[in-house]
Formats: sequence, C-alpha cells, structure tokens
Amino acid sequence: MQRYTITDLSTKLSARELSAVELAKMYLDRIAKADRLNAFVEVDDAVTVSQAEQSDLRRHNGEVGLLEGIPLGIKDLFCTPGFTASACSKILSGFRPSYESHVTSRLRAEGAVFLGKLNMDEFAMGSSNETSFYGPCVNPWKAADSAEELVPGGSSGGSASAVAAGLCAGATGTDTGGSIRQPASLTGIVGIKPTYGLCSRWGIIAFASSLDQAGPMATNVADAALLLQAMAGHDPKDATSSNIKAGDYVSAVNKPIKGLRVGIPTDFDQGNLDPQIKELWQKGASWLADQGAEIVEVKLPHNHFALAAYYIIAPAEASSNLARYDGVRYGQRAEGSKNLEDLYARSRAEGFGDEVKRRILIGTHVLSSGYYDAYYNKAQSVRRLIRNDFIDVFKNVDVLLTPTTPNAAFPLGAKLDPLQMYLNDVFTVSTNLAGLPAMSVPAGCDTSGLPLGLQVIGSSFGEATMIQVGAALERAAMFNHVPTPWWQED
Amino acid sequence: MAVDLNTVQKVARLARLSVDEHETARLAEELSQIMDWVDLLGQCDTDDVEPLAGVTVDEMPMRQDNVSMSNSRDDILRNAPIQDEGYFVVPKVVE
Repeated sequence: MQRYTITDLSTKLSARELSAVELAKMYLDRIAKADRLNAFVEVDDAVTVSQAEQSDLRRHNGEVGLLEGIPLGIKDLFCTPGFTASACSKILSGFRPSYESHVTSRLRAEGAVFLGKLNMDEFAMGSSNETSFYGPCVNPWKAADSAEELVPGGSSGGSASAVAAGLCAGATGTDTGGSIRQPASLTGIVGIKPTYGLCSRWGIIAFASSLDQAGPMATNVADAALLLQAMAGHDPKDATSSNIKAGDYVSAVNKPIKGLRVGIPTDFDQGNLDPQIKELWQKGASWLADQGAEIVEVKLPHNHFALAAYYIIAPAEASSNLARYDGVRYGQRAEGSKNLEDLYARSRAEGFGDEVKRRILIGTHVLSSGYYDAYYNKAQSVRRLIRNDFIDVFKNVDVLLTPTTPNAAFPLGAKLDPLQMYLNDVFTVSTNLAGLPAMSVPAGCDTSGLPLGLQVIGSSFGEATMIQVGAALERAAMFNHVPTPWWQED
Repeated sequence: MAVDLNTVQKVARLARLSVDEHETARLAEELSQIMDWVDLLGQCDTDDVEPLAGVTVDEMPMRQDNVSMSNSRDDILRNAPIQDEGYFVVPKVVE
C-alpha cells in the first residue's frame, strides 16, 4: 500500500494518468479493506463516485480547482450533502443535515471529492476516539514487537487514522482543546488548528463555541497548507468568522526561516516531562537553529492553569450547546415517557454516552447559581491571564516550539479514569483558550517506534509564519516512516 | 470540592438528564475528582482581572435583514422521529 500526497495525486490527475473516478474507486476499495481500523463511520460509493464524475467533467472543461479530484475524508462533525452527520453520537444517529458547512462547501468548490464520514469521539469530547457511539477507531501504528491495538488519539481519531493509513489523501478535523494536533502527533501526520475565526464554524456541530476551530490533517506540511488555503475565509453566517484575509500558506512552505525568532516556553516542563519528549523538543530547537532561526527561552507563567480552566469553560459551553438535543424534532426519542420533562431527561439519558454526560453535568454545575462566580467567572479570568501571557511573548518572538503531547499512542482501554485522559491535552489547550494557531509536525519516534510530534504555535493570524517553521522542522526531521498495513483484508 | 449525591441529582435535573441510583454514585465520585482538580485555579490570583468570554478580534458584524426563499421543509422533516402531513408529531405538552 502506497501513501500518496495531494501533490502526487494532483500531478497524476493533471497528466491524465488516472481519472478522479478511478482515484475515488481506489480509495473506496482501500477503505472497504480496512474495517479493522474503524476509521470511517459512513461511506456511500454512489455519492463519492458522482462527485468524482463531476470533477472529471470540470477538468474536461478546463475548470481545475486547488483540490480538483482529490479524495478527502470528512470528520462526522461536519454537515455535508449526501452523508449523515451524527457527531458519532447515538442522539444524532442517522441525522441528515439540510445544509452544508462552510468549510466543506469551500473544499468542494475547489474540486475535492468526499469519501465519507470519519470516526471521532462523541461530540468531539475525548482524546482517544473511544467515546464514539460507533466504537473505537484504531491507530494504524503498533509498537515494535507488540500486537496490541493502540488509540489514534482524539477527538479527530478517524481523520488521523485514515490519513496515516492512506485511506484518504487528507481530512478535515476540528480542535477544541487539541483534537487535531494530539491525534496528528499520535499517528505521525501533520495537523493544523488555525486562529479562532479563520475557518467558519457554520454547519459544524458545536461543542464549545468560543474554542472550536476546523482545520486540516494531512501527511505533510505542504498538503496541510494547501487544504488550509481552501478551507480558510470569511463567512457572513458565522458571526465570529474573521474579516482578516487568509495568508499565502502554500508559498510559506518553501520560505527559509533564517532570522526568525523561535520561543521555547520553559514552563511547559513542570519537572515531570518524559525524557524522550524532552530530548525531541531540544532536537527540534537545534534543527531550527541550524537553519538560521534564533532560539530564545520565554515564560508563560499562567500556562499550568490552562487545563483546569479549559475543563470548566469547555463543559460549560458544551452544556449550553447540547441543551438543544431534546428528542422532540429530531434525534433519539425515548419511548413511553410520563410527561414532557421525562421525555427530555430519558431521551438525553439514552442518547448521550458517559463522557458527554459527565461534561454536561460539570458544565451545568459550574454555571449553576452559587458556583458561577467561583468556577465559571474564575476560569474566564484565568483565560485572560493565559491570553495576556501569549500576547506579551509574541512581542518578542515569531513562533513558539513545544511538544504536542506528553506521550506517544497508548493501548485501547488504558486510560479509564477521565482525569488521566484529560491530561493528554496538557500542551494543546492553552492555544485554544488564547485563540492562537498551532500545528503538530511529526518529528521522530519513541523507543518503541511510535511517532511523536512537535507543536509550533503561531501569533494571531500568523499561520503563514507558523507553517514556514513547521516545514523547516519537517525538512530537518526527515520523518518518512509509514505504518505496516496489518489491517488490510483481502 | 466534593460533589455529593444530592448535588448530582440536582444538577442532573437542571441538565434534563435522567440518572439512576447506581450512576449517581459513580458520577458523584468522578465529578468530585474533577472538581477537586480544578480547585487548582484557587492558586491563581485573578483580583481585578476581567473575565474573558471569547477571543474574537473583530467587532461582531451586522448584516442586512433580507428575506430569502428556501423551501427545505421536507429535508428538515425527514429527521423527525414522527411526522404527519408536513408536521412534526410531538407528545402532548398542554393538559
């Protein structure tokens, strides 16, 4: 099994070596033989082939978009025609949206072909893809000399697994606290969470509205930059969508980084950092220094409060957003209710999984009378301090370099305690709270041969510079490992 | 902060989420653990710090209030658990 980049495929398509329909069928065949990964939760060959036929027709007529004929996977949080959108929750199982997300409509406008919907943690709440109603997604990577199945990370676990296994050329993800970057790190691929407001949230099922951002996941930085180029842009239907014009992400990939200032936030090491992660981080800094960047140590003094603030703010917003699922006009409805309140309470109890229930309850608790100031307002004040730290630091540096995750991929069922799972987001949440862009780039492997990523954090709307540095890391790391296709069925 | 059984029941009622006795006990334990951990924020001095609800840089834009015609009734109704003659069928809510 060969993993193709978007650039490879675009070349083949424009040389007429193969048609978009042939390409789509090749990927659909790969998906059909990869059930063991459980990466896709819905495919519809007829829908995909019809999109590919239209792409071939456009190419025939000389209309060639940025992503003409490129087969992508779409996280189940996005609404797009021809497919259901369930957020991998029982409560929305089978839901057919009557409108499309701005991000997917932009990708289609650039010629992309959708292969289907990708597995994820229910309502994007999780860091291992184990909370999905459709069952866990599996990481294509395995530790050396071990047959044990590992998680792909989450919540965009299906996106990460599918891209890493070559089941699609690229994928959409969403990131509320690390849901693009953590799975990208755990599967050896690239993932970008843009600045809050760069990509429209319209038509993406909401989790925590002040933190949610859509972004691309791909096998290399150039592909991720190209996908972001297509996804970014103002949308009047999202009031928080920015008017700031998208940068030139594609040409940023090949720009030298000489003279750029790279900050190393020393507070990310609270003394308990895994030595392998620490070593990789130092290696990353020296790779950038070797290419002419200036490395400076910086302080983010409130960063260690970020995870606790996040686990108040995100559940609070989730409890409000998920209040709409009442079983009345759409979604799961409980049978035989005594009265209206009973119908709500039982439909929701039947429709939501354990992690979603926990977060709704935490959110409701911290917003309830008597606790609002002590928890919700307190967390929002901490959020301001965290954001101010970043604003101060970015007066003196162009980007920041940190690890993406505190560990490599872990076995399915290894983290049963919710708090242990939350700690996986320790390096990623602060950029969501501050609204800043960040990306994960595969940088090496741990001693058991599992991929590890490094995180580049950019300034507000500084995606182009961030991608420039991400590409420099990629060039130096020369990470060209691909997982052995143990999942393939005949 | 410990979350007791009564608090779980009260919050579950506010969230319109039915939880049985067994779940209540488990949730009390899990929520207590999480709330104990977020108490870490008590160590952060936030006197005179204004809460930050969002990070949008731009002013919220206004748009023209234009009428648009899109008849998606059937698309929307397709998701209803029960529908009849172009209407949602819902349980009786008024006695």
